[in-house]
This record gives sequence, C-alpha cells and structure tokens, in this order.
Amino acid sequence: MSKQDFKILGTRPIRPDGLDKVTGKAMFGADKSVTGMLHARILRSPHAHAEIVSIDTSKAKALPGVKAVITGADFDELKNRWTGYTSQNCMAQDRALYDGHAVAAVAAISKSIAAAALKLIEVEYNLLPHVTDVDEAMKPGAPVLHVGVKARKLGDEVSGNTVGYYSFGHGDLETGFAEADEVIERSFKTAATHQGYIEPHACLADLGSDGRGELWCSTQGHYNVRLICAEILDIEESQLRVTASEIGGGFGGKTTVFIEPVALMLSRKSGKPVKAVMTRDEVFRASGPTMSSSMDIKIGMSKDGRITAAQAKLRYQGGAFPYQMVMMGAMSAFAAYDLDHVQSEGWDVMTNRPKMISYRAPGAPMAVYAVEAVVDELCQKLELDPIDTRLKNAAREGTKSSYGPTFKAIGLVEALEAAKAHPHYSAPLAENTGRGVSCGFWFNFGGQVSVSMAINADGTVNLIEGNPDIGGSRASISMMAAEALGIPLDRIRTIVGDTASVGFSDVTDGSRVTFAVGIATINAANAAIKEMCKRAAMIWEIDEDAVEWVDGAAQPTGHNAGEFPPMSLAEIAAVSGKTGGPIAGHHEGAPDKAGVSFGVHLVDVEVDPETGFTAVKRYTAFQDVGKAIHPAYVEGQIQGGAVQGIGWALNEEYIYGEDGRLQNPGFLDYRIPVASDLPMIDPVIIEVPNPGHPFGVRGCGETAIVPPLAAVSNGVSRAIGKRMFELPMSPPKILKAIG
Amino acid sequence: MSKIHVSTYVNGDAVEFLCEPGETLLDVLRDRLNLTGAKEGCGTGDCGACSVMLDGRLVASCLVLGAEVEGSAVETVEGIATDDALHPVQKKLLEHAALQCGICTPGIVVAAKALLEKNADPSEEEVRYWLAGNLCRCTGYDKIIRAVLDAAAEMRGVSA
Amino acid sequence: MARVVIFGSLRAFTGGVGEVEIEAKNTRVLLQKLSEQFEGLRETIAAGVSLAIDGEVFKEAWFTPIDEDSEVVVMPLMVGG
Ligand code: FES
Ligand code: FES
Repeated sequence: MSKQDFKILGTRPIRPDGLDKVTGKAMFGADKSVTGMLHARILRSPHAHAEIVSIDTSKAKALPGVKAVITGADFDELKNRWTGYTSQNCMAQDRALYDGHAVAAVAAISKSIAAAALKLIEVEYNLLPHVTDVDEAMKPGAPVLHVGVKARKLGDEVSGNTVGYYSFGHGDLETGFAEADEVIERSFKTAATHQGYIEPHACLADLGSDGRGELWCSTQGHYNVRLICAEILDIEESQLRVTASEIGGGFGGKTTVFIEPVALMLSRKSGKPVKAVMTRDEVFRASGPTMSSSMDIKIGMSKDGRITAAQAKLRYQGGAFPYQMVMMGAMSAFAAYDLDHVQSEGWDVMTNRPKMISYRAPGAPMAVYAVEAVVDELCQKLELDPIDTRLKNAAREGTKSSYGPTFKAIGLVEALEAAKAHPHYSAPLAENTGRGVSCGFWFNFGGQVSVSMAINADGTVNLIEGNPDIGGSRASISMMAAEALGIPLDRIRTIVGDTASVGFSDVTDGSRVTFAVGIATINAANAAIKEMCKRAAMIWEIDEDAVEWVDGAAQPTGHNAGEFPPMSLAEIAAVSGKTGGPIAGHHEGAPDKAGVSFGVHLVDVEVDPETGFTAVKRYTAFQDVGKAIHPAYVEGQIQGGAVQGIGWALNEEYIYGEDGRLQNPGFLDYRIPVASDLPMIDPVIIEVPNPGHPFGVRGCGETAIVPPLAAVSNGVSRAIGKRMFELPMSPPKILKAIG
Repeated sequence: MSKIHVSTYVNGDAVEFLCEPGETLLDVLRDRLNLTGAKEGCGTGDCGACSVMLDGRLVASCLVLGAEVEGSAVETVEGIATDDALHPVQKKLLEHAALQCGICTPGIVVAAKALLEKNADPSEEEVRYWLAGNLCRCTGYDKIIRAVLDAAAEMRGVSA
Repeated sequence: MARVVIFGSLRAFTGGVGEVEIEAKNTRVLLQKLSEQFEGLRETIAAGVSLAIDGEVFKEAWFTPIDEDSEVVVMPLMVGG
C-alpha cells in the first residue's frame, strides 16, 4: 500500500478528555458515590493453600452498621467452566488457593465499620501443602491445585498442574544444529511482575431484587464485565447496565473481574448500592499479575551469523486456576527470524499464586528475552555485530513465521536499519557501560466492535464507541472520524458508551482499539456519507450515484451529473429534518488483519561494580506502527512500554516466602521505575503501512514492552563481561555474577 | 464513634467537616468534601497520586490525618486553574501529551507546580528527583519531564 | 482445494497429520470438515481456534472466504493484553 496524504492523521491535537484530567474533574473508578451507598471490604486468606473448614460471620453481622456479609456459599456453581473459575477467583469456595484469595466480604455504612467487621469474621483453615515455583509445580508429586484439568496427551512426567502444552515450528532441529559452527544452550528464569496500574480496581454496584442492576467500574471491557457478572449473578445481560469509568491504567490487568461480582452480590443482599475499592496490598495479592517463567533456549549459528536452528522450551507459572498463555510466548519467541529449523514448546502451569491475567503482549516478553539473550551471546562469541546479525536473519515479507503464517508487509528490517543508522548505535561507550540490542514482536488483534455516529443539525458529530479509552483513543478515533468525513476535528465529540447505549465491543486489549474501532468508525462515517450524498441528490434532483463526497461536502461526480455547488456536511445536516429526518451512520463488525508489529530497542546501561546497581543512560526505541494516527500518543505507548520493560528487567518481582505468602505487596518493595531512575526515552516511529487497514494502522501498544528485557540484560552482560540469565537483575544478583 | 469537628481552608474557601479520628485528609477530601481530584494509588505514601499542598508544603494526603488540618490551608488540584485559565503546568502537560490514563496527573500537577514555585529554572535532573515520588506507569515520564521544563520556561518568560 | 496446515501441538489431535487438502468456501465449512476428519480436534475447534489465511490471522470469522489455492494455518486461539 502506498503512503496516503492525510489532513488530520499524523497531527498532534490536544485530547478531548485532557482538560478534565489536568483539573481533577475526570471520574475514575473510585470517584463516584451515591447517597445511601455502603462500603465493601473483602477478607482474604493469609495462607497459600488451605481448606476452608468453616466461616462464622455471626459476630460481623451483629455489628451495628453492617448490612450484608457474604462468603463462597452465596455464589452458585456455574455451568460454564471458565466463568466458574472466575467466580471462584473472586470468592473462594471450599479452598483458599493463594495468599490474598477472597474468602468473605462485608458491606457497611462506613469504611471503618466495614474494616472492623472483617476482624469479627472467624475462619477456620486446614493448611494444605502449597507450591509457588513453576519447576516445582510441574514435578510429579507436587500439590495439585485442581484435579482433572491436566492438558490432554501429557504423560506422568509432569504433574496435574500442567494445564496447557503447545508446540510450534518447522524443519528439523538436528539437521539445523549440525550445520552450526557454534551452539549455545542456556536456561533462564524471570519473576512474575504486575501491570502496576496506579488506579486500584474500583466499582460501584447497585443490584435490585428485580434483577436490574447498574455497575460503574474501572475496566478495559465493560461488555465483558457484563457477560461475566450476569452469569455469576444469574441475571439477564440486558438488565445489567455497565458503565466504564475513566480508567487509571490497565495494561491487560483490567480485562477480567475481581471485585465486581462481590459488590453486586453485597448490593443484592443489602438492597443498597455498594462501593468496593481495592487497597494496593489487595491489588498485588489478589488481582492478576503476569506469569513467571523458566526457560531453556538452544540456538545454533554459522560463523557468518546465520541462525541454523533454534529451539525454545518455555514453562510459565500462571497462578491458581487453569489458563492459556504460554502459547503466545511459544509463538512469539522466534517471530523475528526467518528460520529453516525451529521449534518452540510451552507448558502452562498452575501454582498457589493469584491467577495471572494479561500484561501487555502477554507471554511474549520473557520468551523473547531468553531468545535475544542467546542471540546476543552468539554474536559476542562469534565476534559479530548484533544488528547486522539480526538483519541477516530478520523476518520480512514472505517469511514463513515460526508460528505458522507467512508474513505480509512488516517493518522489522526497516526498524533494524534505522537502529543501525542512528547516532546512538555508534556513540562511544563510557567505562562500565554496555550497549544492549533486542528485537521484539507482537501479533495485534482485531475483534468485535460497534460504533454509532450521529450527524447533528448544526453540522457537528457525536460518536459513541464501546471500548474504554485507556491511553487517548477518543482522540485518535475522533481524528479518524474527522479524516473520513472531511470535517475539522473540533466538530466531533467521541464518548465511550455504556452497555445499554451501543452494541457489543470486545475488551480493550491486544492493541486493538485504534485499529478495530478505527475501522468501524471509518465504516460508520461512510454510511453517514452515503446518506448525505443521497440527501444532496434528492435536493438536486439527480441520481444518487451521481454524487460523491469530497473534502467534507457532497458534489456532483462530473459536469454530466449537473452543475451544483458542493453542499457541505453542515449544509446537508441543517436541512436534514426536511429531507427525511436525522442522519446517522453506524457499524458493527469484527475486523481482522490487525497487522503484526516489530520493534528494536537500543540501550546503554552503566553498572556500578561496587554496588551492582544498574543505571539506564540512554534509550532509543524503534517501532513499526503502520501509521501513527496521533504520533504523540504513539510515542507515549512506546516510551511507557519500554519503561515497564526496564522495570521488569531491573527491579520488579513477586517475592514469595517459604510460607507461600507474598512478601512485597506494596510500591515500596515492589519498585516500579520512578522519574529519577530514567533518561529520556527516544522513540523512533517507523511507518510500514498495514495492508489490512484503510489508513495503514497497526496495533502499537504492546510491542514496546517486549524488547527491553533482553536489551537491558544484553547491555548489563556486556558491561560486566558476564552473561546474566535471570530477571530481575537486582544489584545482589549482579554482584554475585561479577564475583 | 464520635467525630472530630475541623475548620480549615480548602482552595481558599473556609470549610468545616466532621471526621473520624483515624480518617486521612485524602478520605476527607474525597468522601466528605467531594473533591475527588486527589487519588488513592497506594494509601501508604509511595505513589504521590494523593499529593496536595498543606500550608505551602507538598504532602501525601494519605499520610495526613483529617483532624490535623484544623486552621490550615489546603490546596488541591481542583484549585489550580483559575477563571478558566489553566496553570502553565496543566497546559503544558496537555500540549506535550504527557498523560495517558491520567490517574497520576492530579498529583503531578500539584507536585510540579510546587517545584516551580520553589525553583523557577530547574534542571532535568532536578525535575526528575522532585517528581520521583509521583509514580506514573503509562508514560515512562519522558513527556511529563519535558512538559514541566517547558512550563518552567514559559513561566520565566522564555520560550523553550 | 485449500492447503490446510495443522500447526504445532494441534497435531497431537490429528494423529500427527500436519497437512491436509480441504475443499471449503469459507472458514466455517473448513472447520466443520476438519472436525469431521479429526475427531480429536473437535473439542479444540469448538473451544476456539485462530486461523491464518494466506498470512492474515483471523479469529474465527465463519464466513471469511477461502480461495482455491489458499494456505490456511490452523492455530490455537490467540489472546491479547
Ligand atoms: S495514595 Fe498517597 S502516596 Fe499513594
Ligand atoms: S498517565 Fe497513567 S499513570 Fe501516569
């Protein structure tokens, strides 16, 4: 697809929700209150694994001001196995499966009474053996979290915690390794990390005895919340209206429910609205962090830098319920390379930890980290340039990917070439400093989407979409609508509708919103344009087909069609009441072809040999985004993803004690990067248009978290002259490696 | 539980409220005075989302008791824009697209304004250290730092 | 006839068969025929799979047309973040 000329796309207007957000007016999950509302608190298991022998709530119920107390007994068993797990994750049934697992909840007239009531609930536990490490959990004989869910076709060599097995690849490894001049085989470990959104989960629920409900919550997908909650509470979807609040970060972590069913149940029981807000401690212990991993990578390379064979074995730990995610790691591990002989295998494993949920490019960062670390070690060993070597093996249009499909137009080569030519790559390095390079990849998705657009009589446009705006998507969607309609941006107001105002939309995930909602918006605009052309044709008394839409106005297709001055959108809208009524356009669909995206990151890190502390000195991130609608927000996605990856590489980790309890459930001990830890993050946008989108857009939100893990690790390894095989590379680990 | 009566000034207005002895200033602002601009990201002083000014000092309002502010002057994010004119920090955050989700923004606005009142010409490093107590998970800080430096320049009357 | 590649671990359910030719005008028909041909795949297909048709990944859109000479890769269902 050739590059197109745009009027609005590619500019940097101020976002429509910006004013509310800098003045404190924007309403996030915890910001809404109603009169007569109760406050919820949740009692959580202090044990990693325990049978719940009994729960005595009588004292809590008797406390003045307490209006409802619930336990697992209030939740029915569900037919759908997956929703059943979600329900049990929100409230334990007969067993507490991890430290932080909810076992009871109260609603009271004040926060302090709710807190006091929690202390009056008496739970008798019978402790069971637990396991929190992935390799331990996979061993035969490990305590098994749920029986009967082991992946089909797996034998006795792995425990019943192994709920998924996947393999991908082609060619013949033995042949490939035989062709190599150098083969390196390494094992890696990465810790579980948390999305770290600054806004804790929060909701306000009101469910009447007539089965009608209202739910306000911070979520990446309110239709999904409705679907799950309606099933758990056994009410009809149409009767539960879910409104998405402004969302204070999600990164995948707000794609499911945790407290929403609990708040609805408390509301049903008390007959009053109930507000539930997680504390930060609860967010760490009982929301959905990402997987930890244990991985073996083997790669063979010829002297001139050609990868002859590559193999990955990935074991992911995903918490206390069955899940599927290692597959994404196995698919992305070698996606950057054009390989003849490649195989990746992955195992999903349950442990006594909170159930994982997506975190930005879920499953990919750790797999790519391990692969890119071995590629880098091979480059060092064979004295090859890391970018040249990657270029030599890079996937390009026509490459049969390691996970199956053959790539269409992709921008990896462009990103690598841009990195090579960038002054960063040739800048001299100071003492104790190393430069790391890594590629990264993410699939990007389309999915179901609904958009509804109304043309107002004054020539302005209202647009309703069903995807929560997590990083400025109302701005980019308004821009696409303005571009498609040919009108100024300020004529458009886009809002995120509740579940009763616009059709179903999938969760805001998979980097899909700008892509999928964008396509729906363009289609909705085209539907409105068609109607406007029709109205103009009626006014001019010419054939509908003889009218076209150019620069925001209807005009006759040529002299033969008739001589009429163009009628603008505003002119057509002004008389719409007389030409057939309101003009609108809408589109419901499930666009695919989101277009995969590649990135290349370059980082300079300085390691203090005395303390083992790593300082990031310079960072440049190159990414193919297809077409940047609002470049400032695209840059922001790249910068934010890179910094989350830096945190993952250097500091962040879930630390479990022998007792299976999480030891660092707070921002003090789970340290995410702060402003003083970082340099500027220099984003370089590369635009290789996605043939699957009218404007060439690819998803862009996730790819950026994939390369930093290996880029930082490769930098550190080069700086200290020792290879690192574990994340995070906290100072003690680095000191140990230096020796 | 008997409540404590407190008289104080919030954004220049005299206000009175009743609060429980253990209630934080953040809870009072949000739950009793309907000022939900300050956010609770952690409740333990680690994230800065609850930043407000207390008698001219930048504080984490989750670490201050409501009962402590008797006779004080509290300034919150809601009081920063005047007569429809945004403060330069607010304006520059918008211009630089320095917010994604925006949950950290109120705290950043309050903290950055406090910095520029103390130091009209901070270096990048000074801005980074001053804002080290304000966590932002979305932006990687880059655009926030640039916005604050740019706001400082505008307030000094030079164009950055 | 479209060339259908059964990918990776899904082959455990086809008795090791990695490639078949199937006459199908769209993905719905293709998945029906696959389920009939490989009983072991039925459960997986019912739970959801992703398809790559000539390099483009689709999340089960039933009526996506498949050309005579298309390459269709059947993969486990993919999820995003
Ligand atoms: S809520 Fe006060 S510092 Fe986090
Ligand atoms: S913009 Fe989301 S936390 Fe800062």
